[in-house]
Amino acid sequence: MLLHYGPQLVNLLAAILLLLAFAMLSQRRILSLINLFAAQGFVLFLSTMLVAWLTGQNHLYGSAALTLALKVIALPWILHRLIRRLEVKWDVETLLNIPSVMLVGIVLVILAFNLALPISQLAGTVTRSTLGIALACVLLSFLMMITRSKAVPQVIGFLAMENGLFFAATSAVYGMPMVVEFGVALDVLVGALILGIFLFQIRERFDSVDTRHLEKLKEQ
Amino acid sequence: MISAAGFAAQFTELMLAVLLAPVLTGWVNQCRAWLQNKSAPGLLQPYRVLAKLFRKEVVLAHNASPLFRFAPYLIFGCLALAAAIVPTLGTDLPLNAAADAIALVGLLALARLFIALAGMDIGTAFGSLGARREMLVGFLAEPALLMVLFTASLISGSSSLATIVETLAHRELVIHPSLAFAGVAFTMVSLAENARIPVDNPATHLELTMIHEAMVLEYSGRHLAMIEWAASLKLFVYSCVGLALFFPWGIAEGGDWLGIVLALPVLLVKLALGGAGLALIETVSAKMRIFRAPEFLGTAFLLAVLAMLVHVLLEH
Repeated sequence: MLLHYGPQLVNLLAAILLLLAFAMLSQRRILSLINLFAAQGFVLFLSTMLVAWLTGQNHLYGSAALTLALKVIALPWILHRLIRRLEVKWDVETLLNIPSVMLVGIVLVILAFNLALPISQLAGTVTRSTLGIALACVLLSFLMMITRSKAVPQVIGFLAMENGLFFAATSAVYGMPMVVEFGVALDVLVGALILGIFLFQIRERFDSVDTRHLEKLKEQ
Repeated sequence: MISAAGFAAQFTELMLAVLLAPVLTGWVNQCRAWLQNKSAPGLLQPYRVLAKLFRKEVVLAHNASPLFRFAPYLIFGCLALAAAIVPTLGTDLPLNAAADAIALVGLLALARLFIALAGMDIGTAFGSLGARREMLVGFLAEPALLMVLFTASLISGSSSLATIVETLAHRELVIHPSLAFAGVAFTMVSLAENARIPVDNPATHLELTMIHEAMVLEYSGRHLAMIEWAASLKLFVYSCVGLALFFPWGIAEGGDWLGIVLALPVLLVKLALGGAGLALIETVSAKMRIFRAPEFLGTAFLLAVLAMLVHVLLEH
């Protein structure tokens, strides 16, 4: 019964992942952004567990556990601490006009779907149709990094991009080897920590974490 | 050829919608009052308001045109017809062959057009202000609603609501990820269209924020009663469209009487849950500035477009 609905459930989770990527793209408040990021991590965890169970690929359970520990618990906790220490918890960012950002997002989704179509026909996995969504998530995270001016949302965009890449790996080839996954996880964790320190430096220098100040670094 | 059973089912459904609509509004108000720690008005309060308004004398402005007097009945008629199209109990509805989901959107648009015209008819500032805002919300909400309905039509291969319900509820259960997107978009559209909190506040008479109330300020007596009843019907129609698209289980297929009788309690439970959900949304969210409404509805439209894209990618 569940085996029959398994691939459909994976598709549903993929769709929710895309929905959360759009929600992050249009979110103004930093605190809600972190919660959305944690939610995305949790959906990723669920879909990885499901794929692992459907295909009997036991090493995917390890990846799922890694996702839960890192992306649902550790990174949101680090980010929460970071915004508390930076005192930007209730920061509201003025974005570019949200509807136009969303329109660009739609165009990116169409692009990603078209790009992924021939690739997913080569793949033999049950999850191959979700490859387009994974690619769309990556591109949407890119878009988020480009359109934000504050540093913390840019960091979250970077982390969300890794979510998309991880999902792409799961949907195209049932995940990467464990060594690679550990390496990437460590990279992301260290990256988040280093970027945290970097943010403190930016704030010390400019009294704000707005990265537009960095453009004025040249001597007058 | 309209069968007698089909006619009876159609009549039952229409009567049910017209009579049940004020109760649904009362239920939403009651839930909202409970959630906000207020003492709630009774479930039948909308009926008492309607009865009071029907007894009251109509006060008309001197320069009111016939359109102003005629509009409440037309609006009520449009929404009653819309309620008759939506399958709530069974799918064997004679009217369903005549009008599909696109006609439904057209009927709702006709009602909106006339309420806006009536709002501007007297020439007061508030009326035209409300009418303009209503049209702003309407022209953004309508394409989003159409996109949601198109997604459901793509899944079932027909734009008739009865066929959509039959495909979703009575064929083999398939999980449609596209309906998740469409559901979110539809919720946003119905909040905006029914003058609910993130876009409009149904309980306000504060001139800076109101949309729906501003248009109907000049109405009194039985005209106002028709308008209020039509507003309840609109909420009922939107709830039933939502239930038909996203939770169609329980609606009887064809015209078997046992199924229709069994469908009634299921419908009541679904409406009660939906109304409580609406009250919850209204309680936890804050009213937006009017200039945020295009953003809100633009998001709804894009989600509906995404639903179609996801359908093309994942469900083929």
